[in-house]
Amino acid sequence: MTIKVRYFASLKDSLGRSDDCVTDTGSLSVHDVWQRLNAAQALPTNVLVAVNMDYVTLDTIVKDGDEVAFFPPVTGG
Amino acid sequence: MTIIIRNAAFNPWQEIQHYQDGVTGYGATNIFIGTMRDFNDGDTVKAMTLEHYEGMTEKQLAKIVEQASQQWAVLDALIVHRVGDILPNEPIVLVSVWTTHRGDAFDACRFIMEALKSHAPFWKKELLITDEERWVTHNTDGYQSK
Repeated sequence: MTIKVRYFASLKDSLGRSDDCVTDTGSLSVHDVWQRLNAAQALPTNVLVAVNMDYVTLDTIVKDGDEVAFFPPVTGG
Repeated sequence: MTIIIRNAAFNPWQEIQHYQDGVTGYGATNIFIGTMRDFNDGDTVKAMTLEHYEGMTEKQLAKIVEQASQQWAVLDALIVHRVGDILPNEPIVLVSVWTTHRGDAFDACRFIMEALKSHAPFWKKELLITDEERWVTHNTDGYQSK
């Protein structure tokens, strides 16, 4: 399966990129996706995560074609 | 119900007047307008950039309006939110709610605005008078201590 990954705002700046791609044959949670891509960097404690543009928890299992997003607390309005 | 993401300055009063021409049966309108300040956390801010997650922003705002409509008798709602480069005194956000009675208008507008602050994926980056750039890391509770 292939998972598209996106980063936003200060998290995008600290990682130095705005997107990634994961290809895997096993079962992956959102947290697993982060670790596959950013093993050297701990997931920020206040990070928000979304799958297909809906908020989810880190233990959510992703499926082929999903778009996973990691971003800091939102500050609009 | 309409959600608009704008990458240029907008006039909220014209937006309301124009949209309201298509709303019928209302007896109450509640409006919130958020405007960019030229100060934050004790520093002078000369400009700001608003980033957003295109697609998720619209999806989450639609959900928020739907939740408000389930809780209060909302006839119609308009949300306009800026993205891109913004200058002090320019409007950032407009939330306008039309209802039959005032209680629904007040409550639904407040609910939508507070939910937008906590769930709509926008992020502010400030440009200070010193030319330092910094991300805004959190929202306040919306009150100034007296």
